[in-house]
Amino acid sequence: MHDIHKSYYIGQPNKLEILHGIDLQVWEGEFVTIVGECGSGKSTLMNIIGVLDKPTTGAYTLDGIDIHTADDKKLAAIRNLKIGFVFQTYNLIGRQSAIKNVELPMLYSGVPSAERTRRAAEWLERVGMGKRMRHQPNELSGGQKQRVAIARAMVNDPAIILADEPTGALDSQTSRVVMDLFHEMNEQYHKTIVLITHNQNIAEECGRVLTLMDGRIIFERKGDGRRDVL
Amino acid sequence: MTFFENITLALGNLYSNKMRSLLTMLGIIIGIAAVIAIETVGNSMTSSVTESMSGLGVSNITVSLTHKTEEDNDGGVPLRLFMSSTPSEDDLLSDEMVEEYMAAFPEEVTRVQKSVQVGTATLDKYGDPSTTISATVTGANRAVLDALEEDTPLLTGRWLRDTDGERAICVVSEKFVEQTMGCSNTEAVGRSVTLTISGMPYTFYVAGVYTYDDESSSTFGTIDDDAIQTTIYIPLETAFSITGGDYGFESLTVQVADGVDINSFVTTTGSFFASYYTRNDTWTVEASSLSSMVEEMTSMLSTISLGISAIAAISLLVGGIGLMNIMTVSVTERTREIGTRKALGAPNSAIRWQFITEAVVLCLVGGLIGVAVGVGFGSVLASVMGVSARASLTSILIAVGFSMGIGVFFGYYPANKAAQMDPIDALRYE
Repeated sequence: MHDIHKSYYIGQPNKLEILHGIDLQVWEGEFVTIVGECGSGKSTLMNIIGVLDKPTTGAYTLDGIDIHTADDKKLAAIRNLKIGFVFQTYNLIGRQSAIKNVELPMLYSGVPSAERTRRAAEWLERVGMGKRMRHQPNELSGGQKQRVAIARAMVNDPAIILADEPTGALDSQTSRVVMDLFHEMNEQYHKTIVLITHNQNIAEECGRVLTLMDGRIIFERKGDGRRDVL
Repeated sequence: MTFFENITLALGNLYSNKMRSLLTMLGIIIGIAAVIAIETVGNSMTSSVTESMSGLGVSNITVSLTHKTEEDNDGGVPLRLFMSSTPSEDDLLSDEMVEEYMAAFPEEVTRVQKSVQVGTATLDKYGDPSTTISATVTGANRAVLDALEEDTPLLTGRWLRDTDGERAICVVSEKFVEQTMGCSNTEAVGRSVTLTISGMPYTFYVAGVYTYDDESSSTFGTIDDDAIQTTIYIPLETAFSITGGDYGFESLTVQVADGVDINSFVTTTGSFFASYYTRNDTWTVEASSLSSMVEEMTSMLSTISLGISAIAAISLLVGGIGLMNIMTVSVTERTREIGTRKALGAPNSAIRWQFITEAVVLCLVGGLIGVAVGVGFGSVLASVMGVSARASLTSILIAVGFSMGIGVFFGYYPANKAAQMDPIDALRYE
């Protein structure tokens, strides 16, 4: 089965409880947006979806794998093969060319060198960065960096792309380019995408919009699909 | 993440922080260079000493007169300050002592060489009276010549015998014949030569001609073709009659039989001869062998290298701490990178290996530079001291291995710190 099912509850009696029981199910090929104000628990939710963190209580199953039973090594492998991360601050590794950055996830999954270079080049080509493969991150603009980061997220053919405020540091024009790329990944490559943002206009573009407030999903609706607002 | 990729990555990081890397390596470079330099010098000296001594015979014991020291005299005034430094006839080693010694140790002692330096004889070069040839004149017993026979065999005639008494005969080298007599070796035997020793002419008949060993003379330094180093041997009693000195010896050379433990026999010999001097206020006897001298020298060298190695070890320790410090800084600096790598699926072990490899590569490069500097410096030192430089491969390998060990040891803590980082905190790190 290739669908993703997740639902969890968090409770820390003596500590600050950030997420007060969230049920969430994302289907394969969906484009889901989570919107919320600062402090609404977006990042915490994101970390749990991205298995960087484990929920205190509750169950989370990703692509048929129960993450509670996985040890550190297994979690690393899940992040490596099942999840593609796109960060607000790009998080490309400095002093390494764009192509080396895209090769990175494959380095940890043991893809042979020649195959790595081929796949990395292919994905850089697809995100329109084919001409700047050898450039270092500090020689690229924000939009270009984010496109490299998207190529990096896609290169290991993950089950889900997890994007945390991917347009947060970009102007509206480059945001448009980046968002179009996400739609392309969703429509053309049928990737499941979970995007976190506080920008309502971006949220509207997607298939499903979840609104998070004070650690609870308070509202769920369909996006209107308009892409001309940005 | 393969081993090779880690190394490429480490070299890249090292290169992009050239200055910092160099400063970090400095402690290791100095430490390794010091060890390698002293090892090279020590090694060169030991091998050159052993080489030059192997030709001289290590199975010899030298017995020689020495002044008694304060301790030998049960304290008191250091007498030697007031006494003449020339031993009298009673003080010299006598034939009787040698006979008793040989009788006491018939198994161990092969022969005892007795010789006395008469002086330097000068004579004209054959066919070229304007050039003079000088030769050392030595009075020697049969044992000296027997030992000589092993390296430079007799070509014609006969060696001197102990029964030759005061006869005016001599044994010369073929070079001497060629340079001063201008005839064949066979023709030379029986002919007379006039040697001028301390201004007085003496006539000797050539009894035998021995092989001229060029090598033994070349170790003494500069030699052109004319200035030959050659020795003329004459009977002992003849020698004493020329010098007019007291009959006796200031030193003797004992040749020890094969299979005798030379180091313990040196002590035995020393105490045997010293027993003749228990009531002598000024003089005593000391015995030494080349092998004991070599040993003494080697142990002195190893003491020096131990001392320098200790200093080097401190330098390496300090270098290692510096490495740990800089690796910790590097890990903190690259927290976001570590977070990103973890988010992209790097297991803790991969992060740990990445940083350990970086530390090891840093140390390895430092170690190799240190070896190069050390060998260079050691070679310069060795050539200044006049010995041919010889670096020890074992110590180079040990040094390189040791520097890698430092990398692992001091790199582990920061690497582990990086590996244990929480990816969420690491990603959020500014």
